[in-house]
Amino acid sequence: MRCLFTYRFRWRLFLEQMYLIGLKSQFVILTTGASVGAVFAAQVHFQFVKLGMESAVGPTVSVAVCRELGPVLCCLLLAGRVGAAMAAEISSMKNTEQIDALRAMGVYPVEYLAVPRFLGLLVSAPILTGMALVVGIGCGYLVAVPILGVDGAYYMDNTIKFTDMGDVMIGLSKGLLFGIIIAVISCHKGFNPEMGTAGVGRTTTEAVVNSSLAILVSNFFFTILLNNLFLGD
Amino acid sequence: MLLEVKELKKTLNRSPVLKGVDFNVAKAERLVIIGRSGGGKSVLLRLIMGLLQPDAGKVLYQGTNLSELSEEELNPYRRKIGMLFQNGALFDSMSVAENLAFPLLEHGGFSEKEIKNKLDEALDMVDLPGQQKKMPGELSGGMKKRVALARAVISRPELMLYDEPTTGLDPIVADSINKLIYRLSEKLEMASIVVTHDMTSAYHVADRMCYLHQGKIYFEGTPKEVQASEDPLVKNFVQGISEDSDAIV
Repeated sequence: MRCLFTYRFRWRLFLEQMYLIGLKSQFVILTTGASVGAVFAAQVHFQFVKLGMESAVGPTVSVAVCRELGPVLCCLLLAGRVGAAMAAEISSMKNTEQIDALRAMGVYPVEYLAVPRFLGLLVSAPILTGMALVVGIGCGYLVAVPILGVDGAYYMDNTIKFTDMGDVMIGLSKGLLFGIIIAVISCHKGFNPEMGTAGVGRTTTEAVVNSSLAILVSNFFFTILLNNLFLGD
Repeated sequence: MLLEVKELKKTLNRSPVLKGVDFNVAKAERLVIIGRSGGGKSVLLRLIMGLLQPDAGKVLYQGTNLSELSEEELNPYRRKIGMLFQNGALFDSMSVAENLAFPLLEHGGFSEKEIKNKLDEALDMVDLPGQQKKMPGELSGGMKKRVALARAVISRPELMLYDEPTTGLDPIVADSINKLIYRLSEKLEMASIVVTHDMTSAYHVADRMCYLHQGKIYFEGTPKEVQASEDPLVKNFVQGISEDSDAIV
């Protein structure tokens, strides 16, 4: 953590991580967002039709995607894609003495390897989460209105009426917090790997599993905290 | 003296590896430390470089005790000490040119043209001109060692540490690395500590030799003195003779 504040900002490494994490994860994240929005809209519609509450499909999808489904699923995918890459790359470097070589050249490895990845994820995760929310809500609309026949005007009106800025803020904040969790756990695992080729594999698996579990467990506490903060519930 | 190692002790995984090692290295001197595999030779280099902390003892570099310094305080000294790792430790995501330019860019103070000149000069020194664009994965073991050596000496260190420089190389490539170590230390007037169990390499490079045995310097002398030694332990090691009582370490 000290490195974050005494940090010599390395623009090139930061931008490289933004490219690798932010830009290259877009397809995965947008597909996740689209799938979540579409499937959830269909399932909610099938149940709400029975209760004659079709007009509530829009806000239900939008609030659920903003508060929970979007950030949680988006960051679970990020843990698999980005967290695994971080842990594997750093642990391979440790195993092949590349981290010792950095230290031998007077470069602090945490500053050089962990901080750009941490900052890259810190910036990328909320942006990617935001994109997943937009695509998820959009795909929910496309499934509910043109395909399942929900009234478009009601859908839009209720969605806007019942979705607060607080819901969006909860989603983006969760994206940020989950991003921090992924970066800290993956880098920590990378710097403290089991030795050998199999060790790199086990370290990578542990980084993904631990990040995913940490996201799922902390989600409950973040939900309580962020609801109080943004919605006063 | 450029480097003084005094009563250096280190225990790893509850087993004492170094039990009080003492030696000195003068400016431009080539010291070869020989000893059996697992005897703590690489640990010794890591302690000198500050990659490990000793349990006791001192590593004095021109009078400054490196063992007492923090990571930040160590960095200026690390720039005066180069290290060739056993497997080269080239950054595999960077090209040869990027690997070589790395220490210069990190330490700063060089223009693009200066870096390019230093890079070309370093590759010429290790007989690898025109290899700038290759990736480490495209290089043979010997070439990797040469590039790693070029990277280590590009900042013109005063002291070079070599960790098993000829391990895993065929005799011809190993000989070329030995000649390179000798040539570079002469040309750049830098002191060298070479850790090896390859006696051909040791005789080729050494001004002075130390035999590390059971965590201590057991014998010290010139290559001729080592060769002429009648001490059974030194003689057996030098001639590569095992005894029934020799445990496999």
